[in-house]
Amino acid sequence: MRLGEFLLVAVLAVPALGAVAVAAIRPDRVARMVGTVVAALTLLAALPLVADRDGGWFGYGATAPAVRPWHQVDLAWVPGLDLRFHLGVDGISWPLVVLTALLTLLCCGYTLWRVPEGGSGRALVALLLVVEVGILGTFLALDLVLFFVFFEVVLLPMYAVIAFWGGPDRRRAARKFALYTLFGSVLLLVGVYVVVAAAGTADIVALTGGAELSRGTQLAAFTLLALAFAVKSPLWPLHSWLPDAHSQAPTVGSVVLAGVLLKMGTYGLIRVAVGIAPEGARWAAPVLGVLAVAAIVVGSLVCLAQTELKRLIAYSSVGHMGFVLLGVATLTTTGIQAALIGNVAHGVITGLLFFLAGAVKDRTGTGELADLSGLRETAPRLAGLLGFAAVASLGLPGLAGFWGEAFAVVAAVEVGGPLWTTLAVLAAFGGALTAAYFLRLLRRVTHGRPSPVVGRLTPGLAGAELAAWVPLVLLALAVGLVPTLVLGVAEGPVDALVEVLR
Amino acid sequence: MSATTLLGGLLPAVPLVAGLVGLLLPPDGDTGRESARRAAAGLGVAGAAGALLVAVALLVTLDGSAEAATTWVDLGGLAVSLGVRLDGAAALVAVAVTAVALAVQVYSVGYLRRGPHDDVDVDHRYPPYAAQISLFTAAMLLVVVSGDLILLLVGWEVMGLCSYLLIAHDRRLPEAPAAAVKAFLVTRVGDVGFLLGIALLGVSAGSFRIADVLAHDHATGTLTAACLLLLAGVAGKSAQFPLHTWLPDAMAGPTPISALIHAATMVAAGVYAVSRLWPLFEAAPVALAVLGVMASVTLLLGALAATAQDDLKRVLAWSTVSQIGYMTGALAVGSPPAALFHLLTHAAFKALLFLAAGAVIHAVGTTLTSRMGGLRQTMPVTFWCTAVGLGALAGLPPLSGFWSKDGVLVAAQDAALHGAGPAPTWVGWLVWLAGLVGVALTAWYATRLLLRTFFGEPRLPLAHPHDPPAVMRWPVVLLAVPAALLGLAGFLDGFARRLRSGAPGEAGVPELAHLGPELLLPLALTLAGAALAWARWRRDPAADPATALGPLRPLFARAFRLDDVQHTLVVRPTNALARVARTGDEVVVDGAVTGSGRAAVGLGGGLASLHRAALPRAAAGVLAGALLIGLAAALIGVAA
Repeated sequence: MRLGEFLLVAVLAVPALGAVAVAAIRPDRVARMVGTVVAALTLLAALPLVADRDGGWFGYGATAPAVRPWHQVDLAWVPGLDLRFHLGVDGISWPLVVLTALLTLLCCGYTLWRVPEGGSGRALVALLLVVEVGILGTFLALDLVLFFVFFEVVLLPMYAVIAFWGGPDRRRAARKFALYTLFGSVLLLVGVYVVVAAAGTADIVALTGGAELSRGTQLAAFTLLALAFAVKSPLWPLHSWLPDAHSQAPTVGSVVLAGVLLKMGTYGLIRVAVGIAPEGARWAAPVLGVLAVAAIVVGSLVCLAQTELKRLIAYSSVGHMGFVLLGVATLTTTGIQAALIGNVAHGVITGLLFFLAGAVKDRTGTGELADLSGLRETAPRLAGLLGFAAVASLGLPGLAGFWGEAFAVVAAVEVGGPLWTTLAVLAAFGGALTAAYFLRLLRRVTHGRPSPVVGRLTPGLAGAELAAWVPLVLLALAVGLVPTLVLGVAEGPVDALVEVLR
Repeated sequence: MSATTLLGGLLPAVPLVAGLVGLLLPPDGDTGRESARRAAAGLGVAGAAGALLVAVALLVTLDGSAEAATTWVDLGGLAVSLGVRLDGAAALVAVAVTAVALAVQVYSVGYLRRGPHDDVDVDHRYPPYAAQISLFTAAMLLVVVSGDLILLLVGWEVMGLCSYLLIAHDRRLPEAPAAAVKAFLVTRVGDVGFLLGIALLGVSAGSFRIADVLAHDHATGTLTAACLLLLAGVAGKSAQFPLHTWLPDAMAGPTPISALIHAATMVAAGVYAVSRLWPLFEAAPVALAVLGVMASVTLLLGALAATAQDDLKRVLAWSTVSQIGYMTGALAVGSPPAALFHLLTHAAFKALLFLAAGAVIHAVGTTLTSRMGGLRQTMPVTFWCTAVGLGALAGLPPLSGFWSKDGVLVAAQDAALHGAGPAPTWVGWLVWLAGLVGVALTAWYATRLLLRTFFGEPRLPLAHPHDPPAVMRWPVVLLAVPAALLGLAGFLDGFARRLRSGAPGEAGVPELAHLGPELLLPLALTLAGAALAWARWRRDPAADPATALGPLRPLFARAFRLDDVQHTLVVRPTNALARVARTGDEVVVDGAVTGSGRAAVGLGGGLASLHRAALPRAAAGVLAGALLIGLAAALIGVAA
């Protein structure tokens, strides 16, 4: 077994075994520490996947498959049903794998310092690790059925995280989250079934390009798969589970939800829906583009009228994911690259925003914008970090959020024609609206005289908080200044993917 | 990469590093407040001074133009490069930017010190302030040297952010946060156009590198559209009508910040960007015509609004709006060198005016001219410096503004009378006439400002004004030198050649600075404007000469109520739309979801209650079911 293959298995096995271990260890604090170590090991296993890449993209020929993983593991799983345990990593999935491992580590580390009320920290860490297994598996699976299985693994532990450790309205939010995304899963299951039945294989590598599928099948498959991923992403108007889930989840839950869970939808859209049914993608692209821009504009407008901190940030995800989906919908290399970097940037920045919103809420006991003001007077560092995160999120050039948003617009301009030009203009205006609501947020929360709840704050930040936030701040800067961190590895796979779209 | 391009790269890097390090200093300074403050001041001054040295070195060593670039990222065949593009104009503007930044950094050390008027608990939070000025400088320098449109956009937007942060700096002013948000948002709305324009050009040329974009042969429609879109961004940053509304409100920022924003950074960026991309605009006369109209409206609007302001800083703010109108007007009639010349002299005299105004405000504790007066005796240094600045602003020979403003007017006159330049003749007429009217108005309000502030009887008898301390006095005095003399540089061949290097193909244009009969008309108008204001003041030194405006005065004072128009047409509808969107999202979109959930529960409940029947009905149900199944079996059996 080569090192790459070993690492690939380790990335899934370490957190899975770690979850069991954490659940088995009795002393709560020890268990949380073990969980953090496990998460760190997972990150350490995920990082070197980029080294020793198998098969350069330069050697790519006309007959080679459009998906060429750097490393892969292909084992028989259920021979009777011809199901295979097929994992692989390439430039599209690797940044997301690292992001998932990193955010899980930060969240586990954060629980060392503070466990939200509702249950034991041990159970929370174990559940986070199970969620990590599911998300990583989704990004790594190269077998459609395996993909579906991992996609589903995430659901119930996430439900539990919201339902036990969440805010006052947690039961309802968790129920809504579970039922709504289950509805998406049903569509995904049907879509997977349609594809597998028609093509006779579930191998994503073989399926990419859609050569095996007739046009009708592709249209049906794309519709089903895209709807399923649209629920997860979420795409307007299938987003309404998100604000409730995000605002009720505990801080670490929100971070994982916004940071990486949503990415399963966009990743699935790029890798599975577009890859397997390119003809369907071309057919549905205008609709997808219109809905994406509707998400940007509506999401931003709702944020402008939002009165609760976490809900506002949750809704901002709708707008940001709109930019990502707009990039995908253009079906150009520029657009899909913009979508990939937008995905990562949103994970980093919104993860940070939820951490900070959680810190504000934990300290003041409220998230109502009307009750918060003057944060910079009593807690200048927290206010400064919140300002940084907000500015990064509104897409300031030079920070991570810029590339995805600006180049989604550029890609739409590149496609040209009245429809896409209009979409580009509207999306660009959405960018201005994004600035409007974030500045409104900052004005309410950080400026002015301190409100009573803010006046009681002490300026200090805990070391554990800084440890969780600083990596995200640095990443937001690094990805903004050196976008090739994400895009350098993705260039080849995206080119190959766009090649099959032609 | 040659030594010259290395200098170009260093230029934004030096203040950037100073700014980033400065941000790491403790912001509130619970512990070691004074040492943090000293470190921050040192970093800020060192960053600006270092940048000034680099800029001067660049100006000296640069011969012609230089360019260096490396790929930053490649997005689907669209190359974004990381590089510098240097020419004489860039070097001159860089010197102006860094010199003003240095003056502002030094001046701020004195200005943001706890003064006798301050509350006991005032904490100026100097470290983030100085760091943000450094970042601001770095961003402007990035715009100046950038060889790529995306890189330019980075500087462009970071500058918007820094202006936001600095305008909101004064925590005692309740209006500061709103003004800061307004500044960022209005420019951001303009930047929607800027981004789209860049996208159009980049997609058309297949690269965002300025050299590639300029070299590419764009389709006429694309070019016109792109230039018009870029103008939206220019209007936002350079405070051109109708996106000028943020600039007067931005006076809520500390006075040194006003100097920085108004003189060399931010508002200069738009003018500079157009001159940088001049070959594109030259080929798009429609865009130039729009720019000409925008410039003329802005020029007059700003000058008229300045006549009726009572707030010292607001007079200066509106004068900036008006003076930028001259620069964009020069661009519209096809003379980027004249625009850049005015940009440089304006940078000098406007920085001087704001810093001197800061000294006045510091001394009397108010910004209202109606509470000043008679400061000539008590603040002689400030008085003379302000007089030089206002003279340059009004265009008194031989001060700098006289030569550069005349350069603009001569270019407009050429365009009007001889059809010179790429724009239509009527644009030349428009800019020329507006410019001439503006000259008289400028002289009028400059004279009024000088008389109201420094002459007559003191209106605040209790205050004991005095010239500022050395750390604030020296920047002002030193800035008075270029404000007085920079115009004469227009006669220097090396200076003029450098300014023209940004716009090749303009070899045949007239001299940068002129000596000729065409100077007489503006000069006469200047004297007439000044004389009118003086005559009015002479009649009653206690009254405001603005009473001469009669019923128009409140209208001018509120700048034609364009703020209200913007509020009614943009802000309120957007907020209403946001409320509708939120309600719609919660009631309709989410309502459908929860509704279907509730319907499913209801349906389930109904079916469940059917299953809880009493024995007779249940028995009947079972029998009926058996009958149906039997029937079906029989029918299918028959059919088979």
